[in-house]
Amino acid sequence: MVEFDSVGLRYGPDAEILSDISFNLQPGSFYFLTGPSGAGKTSLLKMLYLAQRPSRGIVRLFGEDLVAMPRHRLPGFRRRIGVVFQDFRLIPHLSARDNIALPLRIAGVSEEDLSGPVGEMLSWIGLSERADARPATLSGGEQQRVAIARAVIARPQLLVADEPTGNVDPDMAMRLLGLFEALNRLGTTVVVATHDIHLISRIDNAQMMRLEKGRLADPTGALRYPPNRA
Amino acid sequence: MIIPRVPIQHRRLLPDRRLSGPTPWVIAILMMLTLLAAAAGIGLARSANAIGNAIAGRVTVQIVTANPVTRAEQASALRRAAAAQPYVRTARAVEQAELLATLGQWFGGENGEDPVLKSLPLPALVDVDFVGGERAGQLNQLRALVAQTAPGARIIPHAEWLGPVARLIRSLAWVAGALVVLMILASAAVVIMTARAALGTHFATIEMLHLIGATDRQIARLFQRRIAIDTAYGIALGTAVAAAILLLIAWQWARVTAGLAATASLGAAGWALLLALPLLAIALAALTARQTLLAALKKIL
Repeated sequence: MVEFDSVGLRYGPDAEILSDISFNLQPGSFYFLTGPSGAGKTSLLKMLYLAQRPSRGIVRLFGEDLVAMPRHRLPGFRRRIGVVFQDFRLIPHLSARDNIALPLRIAGVSEEDLSGPVGEMLSWIGLSERADARPATLSGGEQQRVAIARAVIARPQLLVADEPTGNVDPDMAMRLLGLFEALNRLGTTVVVATHDIHLISRIDNAQMMRLEKGRLADPTGALRYPPNRA
Repeated sequence: MIIPRVPIQHRRLLPDRRLSGPTPWVIAILMMLTLLAAAAGIGLARSANAIGNAIAGRVTVQIVTANPVTRAEQASALRRAAAAQPYVRTARAVEQAELLATLGQWFGGENGEDPVLKSLPLPALVDVDFVGGERAGQLNQLRALVAQTAPGARIIPHAEWLGPVARLIRSLAWVAGALVVLMILASAAVVIMTARAALGTHFATIEMLHLIGATDRQIARLFQRRIAIDTAYGIALGTAVAAAILLLIAWQWARVTAGLAATASLGAAGWALLLALPLLAIALAALTARQTLLAALKKIL
């Protein structure tokens, strides 16, 4: 699914933010990415969701080398990836319904064909009655659910979430994690960056990557299983 | 397509309000000035051409023989001889009454009855229009004819004294043309700045669209459409104001029937060009916006 081999990332002439990152993500698996603030989690996720190319190394996604891939081919790959941002990044002048429908519209799905999935998704996240609300009128948790619905509506093969529970209370965090878990059971590979050790312990069979100072804590790049549930 | 078709659901990806702020007003002013400069340029160019055509083939022979009877005989003989030449289209002896009437406008006497004017020894004038052809050869042939029929007469090609005027008018037409080009470039610069500002304002939306798989073309079409529409409003407004001004000038110009002013007009081709300019401007704005947007989007991964 995803292969990083000796990947390094630097912005401009500064020192590398990420160094010698190597790992493989298996299809249908669930991964947590942890590490202290500034360890490079967001930068690593950016490479995963194709917002950033590495400065060195090899990144293969869905079996193709993304480092040398021409720019015009990237949109096709991005449509296979769902992204949930810590700050939601909903489009403020669009309703919850239109924000969720966005990936399908961009992919050229007709209005007839997208109304069903969007309605189902609104129901799934419990916001059917707030479908026409603008993001500014939604609570933080509601916005986060809309952002997650937008990320998953096109049934992505890879879901990447950056601190998805950072802005919600513990109950809502657990509900959101339940959404990810449900999606994972449907076959989507999920990568969640989080500080929350309690969250990590809630998912059975999830694997963990830990970043420290721009390097995977395990120098071999092998993935670790999470600690046992408390 | 000048204004790209974008599905209505996609149009909502940009806010309803106009993207370009004061751009339509700036474009309206530039369009109005462009059309007025273009109209002036076309009118001046046509005037210069008309004057050039009129004077290129005309000469006046001035017979200054002292004896008025001999002078009149020479004028008459020259007119007949010239009219018989194959290289002459028309030859006309200017009547003394016509000369007196013309000079009377300066001397003050009506109908040439001023005593001072009547006492002046006026030359006899013969206007000769050549047929089209090689002017220098025709002029040499006429000189030979004048030497035979009216020795001592002066030949005055009109191009000698009206030529500088025609050249001045032509220069002004070029200046007007240069102004048109400069204003079109200024309009394009305004569109470029508008497109860049729109991208800056909506960068978060663009980044999001990119990340969910939108192509540069999809994003560019959204902005191109909105900028083209905003620009089209400005162009329509500028065109309407310019059209009103031009029609007012044309209405007043229609009363001018004398002198060089009467030679200035736009003609059917001129009006067609003026009508085409706003459409070309909309196309240029859309194309400029598209290229600016695509170039800017390429800088984002």
